[in-house]
Amino acid sequence: MKIVIIGNGMVSYKFCEKILSKLPAQAAEIVVFGEEPRPAYDRVHLSEFFAGKTADDLLMAPADWYASNHITLHLGDPVQQIDRSNKTVHSYKGITEAYDYLVIATGSSAFVPPIPGVDKKGVFIYRTIEDLELMRDYAPKAKRGVVIGGGLLGLEAAKALLDLGISDTHVIEFAPRLMPRQIDESGSRILEQQLKQLGLQVHTNKNTSEVLGDETITGLQFADESILEADMLVISAGIKPRDELAKLSGLETGHRGGIVVNEHLQTTDPEIYAIGECALYHGMIYGLVAPGYEMAEVVASHIAGEAQQKTFTGFDMSTKLKLIGVDVASFGDPFVSAETSRSIVFEDTMKGVYKRISITNDGKYLLGGILIGDADAYNMLLQTSKNKVVLPPNPEDVLLGSRGGSQEAGPGVLGLPDDAIICSCESVSKGAICGAVEAGNETLDAVKKCTKAGTCCGGCTPMVKDLITGTMKAQGKYIRNVICEHFAYSRQELYDLIRIKDVRSFDEALDHYGHGDGCEVCKPVVASIMASLWNDMILDKGNDVVQDSNDRFLANIQKGGTYSVVPRIPGGEITPAKLLVIAQVALKYNLYTKITGGQRIDLFGAHLSDLPDIWEELIEAGFESGHAYGKALRTVKSCVGSTWCRFGLHDSVSFAIQIEERYRGLRAPHKIKSAVSGCIRECAEAQSKDFGIIATEKGWNLYVGGNGGSKPQHAILLAADLDSETCIRYIDRFLMFYIKTADPLTRTATWLNKLDGGITYLRNVVINDSLGIAEELDKEMQALVDKYKCEWKEVVESPELRKRFNHFVNAPGAKDPTVKFDNMREQKKAAEWK
Amino acid sequence: MSTAISTNTQTTVEWFYACNVIDVPPNGGVCVKYDDVQIALFRFARRDAWYATQNLCPHRQQMALSRGMTGTHNGEPKVACPFHKKTFSLEDGRCLSDETECSLTTYPVKVENDKVYIGIMQEA
Repeated sequence: MKIVIIGNGMVSYKFCEKILSKLPAQAAEIVVFGEEPRPAYDRVHLSEFFAGKTADDLLMAPADWYASNHITLHLGDPVQQIDRSNKTVHSYKGITEAYDYLVIATGSSAFVPPIPGVDKKGVFIYRTIEDLELMRDYAPKAKRGVVIGGGLLGLEAAKALLDLGISDTHVIEFAPRLMPRQIDESGSRILEQQLKQLGLQVHTNKNTSEVLGDETITGLQFADESILEADMLVISAGIKPRDELAKLSGLETGHRGGIVVNEHLQTTDPEIYAIGECALYHGMIYGLVAPGYEMAEVVASHIAGEAQQKTFTGFDMSTKLKLIGVDVASFGDPFVSAETSRSIVFEDTMKGVYKRISITNDGKYLLGGILIGDADAYNMLLQTSKNKVVLPPNPEDVLLGSRGGSQEAGPGVLGLPDDAIICSCESVSKGAICGAVEAGNETLDAVKKCTKAGTCCGGCTPMVKDLITGTMKAQGKYIRNVICEHFAYSRQELYDLIRIKDVRSFDEALDHYGHGDGCEVCKPVVASIMASLWNDMILDKGNDVVQDSNDRFLANIQKGGTYSVVPRIPGGEITPAKLLVIAQVALKYNLYTKITGGQRIDLFGAHLSDLPDIWEELIEAGFESGHAYGKALRTVKSCVGSTWCRFGLHDSVSFAIQIEERYRGLRAPHKIKSAVSGCIRECAEAQSKDFGIIATEKGWNLYVGGNGGSKPQHAILLAADLDSETCIRYIDRFLMFYIKTADPLTRTATWLNKLDGGITYLRNVVINDSLGIAEELDKEMQALVDKYKCEWKEVVESPELRKRFNHFVNAPGAKDPTVKFDNMREQKKAAEWK
Repeated sequence: MSTAISTNTQTTVEWFYACNVIDVPPNGGVCVKYDDVQIALFRFARRDAWYATQNLCPHRQQMALSRGMTGTHNGEPKVACPFHKKTFSLEDGRCLSDETECSLTTYPVKVENDKVYIGIMQEA
């Protein structure tokens, strides 16, 4: 059997994956023609290209995936002709391939309205990586960007412009509201208001009549005679199915485009299928990826001749997405008429939240709804409507949560029927997920691997997690999140107990709340809790032996058993005189020196017994511990800011120093990194930090929950345009709340991801004091700040503590003779280990 | 207090003085030099027990076990290497976190008059 696929987008790739899994190995010869120069990539996450992802990051599978699965891939070579009588296709580069089955997956192109002047320089469409590269190259010249189209893609394109640094960005929509297919006017108003806060101006009811300018765009002329100046325009006004090849081959197409298909996705020629955005089923083009994947599944099943033939019968077009940081979701039928339904509306213009659900007249079933600003309930509501789950007696509970009582609103995800689809991208049912858990896949990763649920958009992850927990509970498995065999408490519980009982040593904690001797898991947890609560010297009261190894010796152990030393250099600012001291110390103790990622200097290769002497010299010169060894505040990175930089809005260095000095030595469930940028160019990369600050015209924007490392994540805006004092107060509360509630070794990003209610909840706690604990958090943080002492200074001044830094207990001062170094680039390096 | 000393016809134990009790942090470890051999000595103050093993972690050949964190697993005393957190039983030296890892050499310990002695097996 030979299958030829025209087009190599996401749906084409998915079809390859599905047909491979359904047929015996190499039972079919598969040939794919793609028009673009690179293999299929993730177009759904295209805007992440500007947020730092590379074209390679976006690939669905690397180029060699095709070869290793015996798929012939012709890239940059569109098919130009289908010879249906001879069952062959001919490509642009002159390749002819015969086929038994032909699958057209040509997708769509951007619909460009016939406005005079759209061919001017500075006008772009938003569709492929090449389009994005052109935009990226042009953006530095542009001051004001405009997007035509206020739908899903248009708003994505507007985000792309913001990401490119064009802070003055406008969106033009012909309809009276944004996202006219998904949301209603009230929802649109709230969305507009939220987008405006993020620097995006929205103009609805605007009919663009001309693009102004000679060769290059200078502005837009509207039908109401108003003009908007602009030097960059992105058109994202809809899609146009790529049906020209089908038309040319005599296949039936729709009036407004699209290749007509039946429920098997067969075109008018039964040996030719069409899938994805080029296919027209019952007069409808499905412009989302999930229905495209479903079509791929149906065709693969049909060609493979599976016993249980699947058919395509339309697709639920519910969507949830984050548009420029604002949740937007619509599900079921969001526009049910007033006669056949009743609606429940919740609107909060303070917080920018709008929720509307439509329910049947008898109040029993959920028909559809719209969520703006807070879409946490989306998955649950979607499944409730799809599966016709009977609503609770007070249907508003599903929108607002049960109030006043302690019982949960509705039965939750566990109440869904087994055939409820949890992952709509990969069509994985609740039954399949629970079955996988019962078969022993008890972690999210294991379930993802086994069922593929949550591997595409990830939107169902919270439900999958709930199903794992629920299924395990139902099996009678104990899943309480306790620390280890010695303490039957969660970290948060233990934190409260230690605080209430004023516990100051690990032994006391074990006596009161634990049993046995402790271990390498609970010891550092208790040590960290006590440090976060009391900020006592961590090596006192016998607590030295329960610190993680690095904390115990106040230095980072490195290959070979020597240590590295990182003095604090707040904000990355250092005088030449202090640089000289570091150089002298490094020379004297023969240390390898390297600049760290956090704008500090790391001195490697120090013998344990040299550490107190090294620090004595550093402290003498005015340095203090950098806590590089601790689960503590590390560094507050800064750009040079307004003191030197011609773009700088505020003095980012001074603010970074102030913040670093405020939180130095603060111990937490995990390390904490921060940065301050002096303008939107974000040279300090503040959005990759646990908390990051970016100067605005009016003050500071505070972002939280960012992360670099293996799972990078951008920080989320907590509050905008703050004065310095308020900014610090919010950071105080954020950090204190994190310290009190996070699990051990959980970075702020993971903590925030797991926090019920997410950033909205956090904002309420930090800004609106919804828990009534703000004053307490403020006081606790101030107490920690006031109690700060440099722990290395305390060691240097204490002969007792200095003794602990000997390698041999019975030969003080003698160095470990097994430590070996090699040479590299005029410095030393640790000898390679075995 | 002393741990059991095994003697039979082939081997005898030679005790050497390592340090004073007070030199070893309660519930922690120190490294003892015995000629060219490095021995990790651990003091479990809560159960008044002492253990000694080779200081070298067999995983990456690092002289580090004396700086590791002590603890128990189901009551069995253990130490975790500071490098990669492999854990070893202090009773028989076997690796608890990785069956394929080599075991540690263990040494008997005894305490007399607040002085700590470590026993070295001598072939008769």
